[in-house]
Amino acid sequence: MALLQDEAREEIRRLPDRYEHRQSALIPALFVAQREAGYLSPEALREVSDLLDLPLNEVVAVASFYRLFFLEPVGRHLILLCTNLACMLNGSEAIKRHLASRLGIRPGQTTPDGAFTLRESECLASCHLAPMMLVDRERVGPLTPEAADQVLERYRGR
Amino acid sequence: MAAESILLRFTEGAGTADLDAYLRAGGYEAARHALTALPPESVIDIVEQSGLRGKGGAGFPTGRKWKFIPKGAPVKYVVVNGDEAEPCTFKDHLLLESAPHLLLEGIILVAYAVGAGRAYVYVRRECYLGRERLEQAVAAAQERGFLGRDIFGTEFSLEVIVHTGAGAYIAGEETALLESLEGRRAMPRMRPPFPAIAGLYGKPTVINNVETLCHVPAVIRLGPEAYRALGPPALFSVSGHVRRPGVYELPLGTPMRQMIEHAGGLRPGRRFKAAFPGGSSSAILTEAHLDVPMDYEPLQQAGSMLGSASLIVMDDSTCMVRVVARAMDFYKEESCGKCTPCREGTVWVSQVFERILHGQGRMEDLDLLVHISGGMKNGACFCLLGDSVPPSLDASLAHFRHEYEYHIRTGRCDVEERIAQVPAGSHSRDG
Ligand SMILES: Cc1cc2nc3c(=O)[nH]c(=O)nc-3n(C[C@H](O)[C@H](O)[C@H](O)COP(=O)(O)O)c2cc1C
Ligand code: SF4
Ligand code: FES
Repeated sequence: MALLQDEAREEIRRLPDRYEHRQSALIPALFVAQREAGYLSPEALREVSDLLDLPLNEVVAVASFYRLFFLEPVGRHLILLCTNLACMLNGSEAIKRHLASRLGIRPGQTTPDGAFTLRESECLASCHLAPMMLVDRERVGPLTPEAADQVLERYRGR
Repeated sequence: MAAESILLRFTEGAGTADLDAYLRAGGYEAARHALTALPPESVIDIVEQSGLRGKGGAGFPTGRKWKFIPKGAPVKYVVVNGDEAEPCTFKDHLLLESAPHLLLEGIILVAYAVGAGRAYVYVRRECYLGRERLEQAVAAAQERGFLGRDIFGTEFSLEVIVHTGAGAYIAGEETALLESLEGRRAMPRMRPPFPAIAGLYGKPTVINNVETLCHVPAVIRLGPEAYRALGPPALFSVSGHVRRPGVYELPLGTPMRQMIEHAGGLRPGRRFKAAFPGGSSSAILTEAHLDVPMDYEPLQQAGSMLGSASLIVMDDSTCMVRVVARAMDFYKEESCGKCTPCREGTVWVSQVFERILHGQGRMEDLDLLVHISGGMKNGACFCLLGDSVPPSLDASLAHFRHEYEYHIRTGRCDVEERIAQVPAGSHSRDG
């Protein structure tokens, strides 16, 4: 049985229309699959490969190269805490320790309840908000431990 | 912002993501004028005479780049680089989010100038809001006839497609970006052929940075002389230890000292220590360079570069060893692995820093850093990512060697020890 719903499959089938070569649709297609399935399981990768008629090894090579494709399950919310220069100069290290202890995990891990995955990130081009983080699609900063707690509260139940 | 602002006037307040707001600010008039009254060659000439140089980091003259596109080719592409991931550069995100129509107008102008019928905008994955606003802007512009078939009643047609990155700094390098846009791993291509001859899908392709194209409407509207007389203007991303970090539109050549003042100055009780003038790929400068004009040639003479015009300011509470270690970590993380000097060099350098910061450094490690850095220079690396490692590393060893030595000798950080003794003024952002 197919992992992806008919609508998502149709969405992926239409993506190549926008490009001269079909393979250009691969990255957008992987994001559609990831949105639907939560992460890119071997079955999800195989379906994308079938839908776009691309070799599976090529699909896997691309999915494993980029940081924002998940080959393993992740939490419901992804926290990208920037620790690059502007954020580091403004105290991201303390925020990192705070988040890690609040969530009870180390960067790179997911909370046991599946609510959050915490990752360190390179510069998120929001250095005017340093220290900052991206929670799903929302930018938050300048962060204090209290501000970070409030954001966690807001997302925990969602 | 000064009255003569040509870019930030479209981002201020509520911005101009809304088409009507952009039209009220005079939007799409430069494109209308060019398409209805100027031949494509004249657009290129005007851009060349304006002196506009690429804002993505390399500073290549924009008009000259457009001239490389072969005239007769049946299919040509415009590719816009919106990958913005150079550490502490954040001007393109602002433009994408608050002035997407300004970018679209620039895209119409470049596409008309080189005769391209389709443009792809490659937007960094994490730039969710910018991509959404740009997609909305494309739809709105299409609906009103600024994009699509027979624009402004002429025979010129243009389709703009917004594409997403997936998390990889190297995808900002133009040939790696093309690989990524073609659905592969973002690894740089061999040049020649240059993208102008064989770029996307092997077709002649112009690749420009978001900000570069956002200058073009003003260049056409004002004419080359008036545009140049404004500085010419540029966007500077100012971050780090300043009270009002942000994007500032200032004339090229504004000295670092003045730029820091525009950004609210340093925090109370703090002294300037050092800065990267052009992102973490540029050599670190010190107090002696505060009055160097922030422009291509003067910064090069000072041993650094303008790069993406991202000024990262560090005050006297900064441990330079930690800063450079973090910058080195970035290159290690982002190395695409295609060539050995970069793949291995970045790992070694990071290991040495790890040792030094954990109190296990040896004095010979400093020679080792110089040695590894030397092995990554002079074209040893396949692309400029590898070349970005030596400048800040070498500069920090030249100007702040004593900080490395203190770490190695004592296993501690003398900056942190001094700061702990003298608590500084508030670290709050009260600017
Ligand atoms: C490692 C690396 C990363 C780069 N990242 C970007 C980027 O994020 N955005 C950008 O516009 N240019 C980036 N560039 C520069 C591009 O290769 C290219 O020069 C630029 O997009 C050309 O546009 P311009 O002439 O308008 O500046 C990068 C270059 C290198 C070597
Ligand atoms: S220099 Fe680094 S990023 Fe560039 S091709 Fe070599 S390994 Fe890849
Ligand atoms: S360094 Fe954190 S957003 Fe740029």
